Amino acid sequence: MALIELQGIRKVYGQGEAEVVALAGIDLAIEAGDFVAVMGPSGSGKSTTMNIIGCLDTPTAGTYRFRDTEVTTLDRNGRALLRRNHLGFVFQGFNLLKRTSALENVELPLVYRGMKVSDRRAQAMDALARVGLAGRENHTQAELSGGQQQRVAIARAIVTQPALLLADEPTGNLDSERSREIMELLVDLNQAHGITVVMVTHEPDMADFARRQVLFKDGRIVHDEVRS
Amino acid sequence: MMPFTTILVMAFNELRRNLMRSILTTLGIVIGIAAVIALVTLGQGATASITDQISSLGRNLIVVAPGNAGKGGPPQAAAPFKLADVRAIEREVTGLRAVAAVSTAAVPVVLGNNSWASTAIGADANYFAVREWPLASGRAFDEGEIRSGRTVCVIGQRVVTEIFGAQDPIGAPLRVGGFPCNVIGTLAEKGRSIIGNDQDDVVVMPLKTFQRRISGNQDVSLIMVSASTAETTATAKEDITAILRERRHITANKTDDFQVNDVSEIANIVGGVTVILTAFLGAIAAISLVVGGIGIMNIMLVAVTERTREIGIRLAIGALEREVLAQFLIEAVLLALFGGMIGVVLGLTLSAVGTTALGLPLLISPGVIVLATLFSGLVGVGFGYFPARRAARMDPIDALRHE
Ligand SMILES: Nc1ncnc2c1ncn2[C@@H]1O[C@H](COP(=O)(O)OP(=O)(O)OP(=O)(O)O)[C@@H](O)[C@H]1O
Ligand SMILES: [Mg+2]
Repeated sequence: MALIELQGIRKVYGQGEAEVVALAGIDLAIEAGDFVAVMGPSGSGKSTTMNIIGCLDTPTAGTYRFRDTEVTTLDRNGRALLRRNHLGFVFQGFNLLKRTSALENVELPLVYRGMKVSDRRAQAMDALARVGLAGRENHTQAELSGGQQQRVAIARAIVTQPALLLADEPTGNLDSERSREIMELLVDLNQAHGITVVMVTHEPDMADFARRQVLFKDGRIVHDEVRS
Repeated sequence: MMPFTTILVMAFNELRRNLMRSILTTLGIVIGIAAVIALVTLGQGATASITDQISSLGRNLIVVAPGNAGKGGPPQAAAPFKLADVRAIEREVTGLRAVAAVSTAAVPVVLGNNSWASTAIGADANYFAVREWPLASGRAFDEGEIRSGRTVCVIGQRVVTEIFGAQDPIGAPLRVGGFPCNVIGTLAEKGRSIIGNDQDDVVVMPLKTFQRRISGNQDVSLIMVSASTAETTATAKEDITAILRERRHITANKTDDFQVNDVSEIANIVGGVTVILTAFLGAIAAISLVVGGIGIMNIMLVAVTERTREIGIRLAIGALEREVLAQFLIEAVLLALFGGMIGVVLGLTLSAVGTTALGLPLLISPGVIVLATLFSGLVGVGFGYFPARRAARMDPIDALRHE
């Protein structure tokens, strides 16, 4: 059974004259353990799809199943709990808390899980070590480079051992050298820890790290390819 | 839902990170609470000082005087009381601690080259009991001296200083209004009464001595009665009125030609006025608390807007609406309580300074402190709720996109 399954997902913004069809019927199933790159021109609906998969947004029509859960029937709280327990997010603009240490940033998801201070500290240190930031745990956002900030964000996303890691243009703000390092990290997390990764990118170089590539155009999937 | 203590720590850390802003935000609450506490404490000190002065006249004191002065109607010529009236009250009214017959007159007192214009009081030993007036030295007159009208007297501290200075007055042959009178005791200092006269400027002698040597008649100008408890005061007043009406042959359709005044009643009225005044000042100060609350709301609203991205991150990570609400609400409450506590300290300091400057007793009521702190917490909840709800209801996508 697929980890997630989208069927006939539509997303329409506005009404009447101002109506914008962001997604015009998406069918997509992703198996656990897969690494999927989502590509396509600007405005084709990639972020909208990611937000729906990430339970941050609800579709206008269609169904979305995460494991056994019919996500479209969940309320705001239910979606928050699903995010808390199963999902990790990495955004283009790193989105770390200001004036807060790397360690505290990574601890945050565990705080919401109600974990004991000592346990979550150890687990957060472990996640920071996994992204190669051991020894930087007390640095704040302002004291970290762009690549390091994105590593902290990745550590925060994986610290809970999520089933699914969603990354919307994770290398969009980084130079090609830093981008490559981040991609290698994601591949490692996918292969060594079995975390399913769905990643949006504009760069074919980056997409080549993925096992499967999905191409969006005008709110539809126009190409879906699994590479050997 | 994550544990409350975790949210508390989170909120506390956030406030600490913005220490300067936190302190400035609480300023309104600090001033409000300090003002309430200082004004209420000063008011209570003033009330206590006034009621203290009034009750220094004597506990549960009832003063009976002939005439209808201050009761309205045309002034009547009223017959003075006689000792028999006093005895009748003593005999027939229950619930009394002591009854004293009192007559007064202005007299010159002389000793050698020193002289002083004072007030002579003719009374029996009950007078000291009614006025709750202990001796500073010597003794009071005994039954024999009262019965036979001996020329002995007990003098107040003012007379001691004016006539004797540092000398020991006991046994001195003081001349009171022309006749020699042996000083056998001195009274403890009582200070000024509420109407400002010096209570220590007196020469107290047996009533019979006073009547024989000073007034030359059998009149008693005042009857001072001390009821045994505050509760019996009212019935004692009624009983005294009834007995005196009967003895003075006042028919049912005539008004009293004497008055029976309850001093504690006067104390209560004066005390009541100052309590109302205190409450009024306290209420005005409480308005500044509301202003302080609005200050907190204002800053919290700014903080929520400023921290939109943070809220987006928290929501994306899986924070529940109520967890975000709790976080911001607790921040507001902590701010308010923090301000409240500083306000309490400041208020108490101001109270101490104020009461010292005004010569009032410093009466700190724990009730006001508890109430002020609770109220500041409530202000935090009340004015923190709206900003916190705004934070909790944010759309995570919009919040994350916020610049
Ligand atoms: N909140 C919104 N209100 C109205 N229209 C929206 C909203 N969000 C997205 N859209 C529209 O939906 C369409 C898809 O947007 P989406 O953000 O998914 O594109 P994208 O593929 O992520 O593009 P990009 O590569 O530029 O990030 C666009 O036409 C966009 O204008
Ligand atoms: Mg996008």
